[in-house]
Amino acid sequence: MFTKIMTPVDLLHIGDLGKGLQCGADLARLYDASVVYVGVTSTAPGAAAHNPAEYAAKLADFAAVQADKHGIRTEARAAISHDPTTDLDDALLRSVTDTGADLVVMTSHLPNLTDYLWPSNGGKIATHAACTVMVVRG
Amino acid sequence: MADDTNQGIPAPEGAAGIIETDYEIGQDNVEAQVGPFGIDIHNPVFLISGLSIVAFVFYALALPEQSSALFTWLRPALTSNFDWFFLGAADIFVLFCLFLIVSPWGKVRLGGADAAPDYTYIGWFAMLFAAGMGIELMFYGVSEPLSHFATSLGGVASEGGARTDWAPLGAAEGDQAAAARLGMAATIFHWGLHPWAIYAIVALALALFSFNKGLPLTIRSAFYPIFGEAVWGWVGHIIDTLAVFATLFGLATSLGFGATQANAGLNELFGLPVGTTSQVVLITVITAVALISVVRGLDGGVKILSEINMGLAALLLLFVLLVGPTLAILTGFADSLLAYVQFLPALSNPVGREDVNFSQGWTAFYWAWWISWSPFVGMFIARVSRGRTVREFVICVLLIPSLVCVLWMSVFGGTAIQQVIQDGYTAVTDAPLELKLFKMLDALPLAGITSFIGIVLVIVFFVTSSDSGSLVIDTITAGGKVDAPIPQRVFWCIFEGAVAIVLLLGGGLGALQAMVISTGLPFTIVLLLMCWAILKGLMSEKT
Repeated sequence: MFTKIMTPVDLLHIGDLGKGLQCGADLARLYDASVVYVGVTSTAPGAAAHNPAEYAAKLADFAAVQADKHGIRTEARAAISHDPTTDLDDALLRSVTDTGADLVVMTSHLPNLTDYLWPSNGGKIATHAACTVMVVRG
Repeated sequence: MADDTNQGIPAPEGAAGIIETDYEIGQDNVEAQVGPFGIDIHNPVFLISGLSIVAFVFYALALPEQSSALFTWLRPALTSNFDWFFLGAADIFVLFCLFLIVSPWGKVRLGGADAAPDYTYIGWFAMLFAAGMGIELMFYGVSEPLSHFATSLGGVASEGGARTDWAPLGAAEGDQAAAARLGMAATIFHWGLHPWAIYAIVALALALFSFNKGLPLTIRSAFYPIFGEAVWGWVGHIIDTLAVFATLFGLATSLGFGATQANAGLNELFGLPVGTTSQVVLITVITAVALISVVRGLDGGVKILSEINMGLAALLLLFVLLVGPTLAILTGFADSLLAYVQFLPALSNPVGREDVNFSQGWTAFYWAWWISWSPFVGMFIARVSRGRTVREFVICVLLIPSLVCVLWMSVFGGTAIQQVIQDGYTAVTDAPLELKLFKMLDALPLAGITSFIGIVLVIVFFVTSSDSGSLVIDTITAGGKVDAPIPQRVFWCIFEGAVAIVLLLGGGLGALQAMVISTGLPFTIVLLLMCWAILKGLMSEKT
């Protein structure tokens, strides 16, 4: 049913993504699909990495660890954004198209008041992505 | 390796001398949930900056006479006692930048050896201008050339051996052509190489230490070569707090004064009543548009507004050029440029000046003003300049904006001077500062349309200063993180508007603006240290 699953990850909050990562990996095994882990980074040094190249390398390491842990095929994709605070969704949506993913599995926080002002990332991806989107409550 | 072609921004690869430090970006940050809002703020800097700004506003409001007396004494005291220091330092900045263009370090690329530029030239220039000068070009483009022209024409006056006139250098008494030439040269001097060199130094230091050395995008990072690891402690906290302080008060007081100026323009054009109600509404509208811009982000908000503004400004410039005295403006442009080069050594001479009113009241004041704005503008320029080589960066930040300023001043100031000389048009000289532009446009065809474009430009220039300033303050108070939650940038944008309104209603705009300009003195020392830090940083890069 699915051949490529995209899972957005935040390298600084991997601990919060447990259910989403597991879910994505389980589905990959079920449908013999590969998982592409997508991370969005800024061009400026951040807490996760000094520069985009370092970020991409860390994300690739993360993908390799997931492949070993779950016994699945994985790849990594670092998307660069000038202003990740506001452009995260757009960067993820572009990645959906560019990776050719046919399923997105992403973790989203419990809805709260701020979602009325700024829709959650999961909500926006589910609204605008052309493929199937599964939002996993963290 | 990252495949980021969809973004149009290749990831940097290749050599870049990262500084090995134990400090991790964000390690001093507090991440918490305040009600429904997530926050990610630098522990002492956010709180100290916020509280000290509130304290200074209270001081200005509670003791208006004392604060006004202190700061309005302090500002001229600094520019008259340290004029040699401001002038000498600014000369060093220009020479240092010119040296970088021809030095082998000009080849060093910001962001690593193989980094590609984040923005196209158009988008980059638009943002440089919108943050760097913007609004002042609207108000001073006509008034400053006229002012120097008039004082030069008036000649030299002295009392007790000291010059009492405000003319630059030796003036040009009774000679209209020479006075116009000197007036244009003096204006271009204040808007040309020197201010842009000031911005270039700060921007280059931050871009180098952030994009090449991997340090957080915040002012303290430029001091790593000097203070080492101590820069992550209180030394750095003080530097960053000072930068936030100067940026927020600089923006808030400009917003307050700008609202009164825009109010006067709108009164002239549409009869909008002049008063605090109109001004508060203007600040609120400007803040609201800036708020939308910061929430839309750097590409979706700030860049688009900057490009719209640059387009409108180019349109207005072209219109005045075509319907104004075209030939006189074009020859004036070349002549002004020559006059600038001719008078540059004398105008930038830091010692033994006889034109004390001009060199202290105009030049030293301007240098202090540009320097006090440099943390904000420099940091913003740094953020959008990744991928340029040092040579390209300095040429584009120093030479091209200087040339555009010469063109702008030649077109607007040159037209106004021609109106006075050729037509004896006095409305432009008699008008208050905020109306001079509109009076000049009045004497040209389609004045209603061009004045409206002028007002829109004034307002959008305020918005582009406000939104880029909010992003800068947000990044500094988040310890250099550019991905702090949206509510923080919203907070700073609203806070800035609120401070402007409080100061407008309660008085104190003048006093606090004087205080901001006073921060120019410590920042001059900071900038001199930055030159040394840049050299040290570049030496560790592969050329």
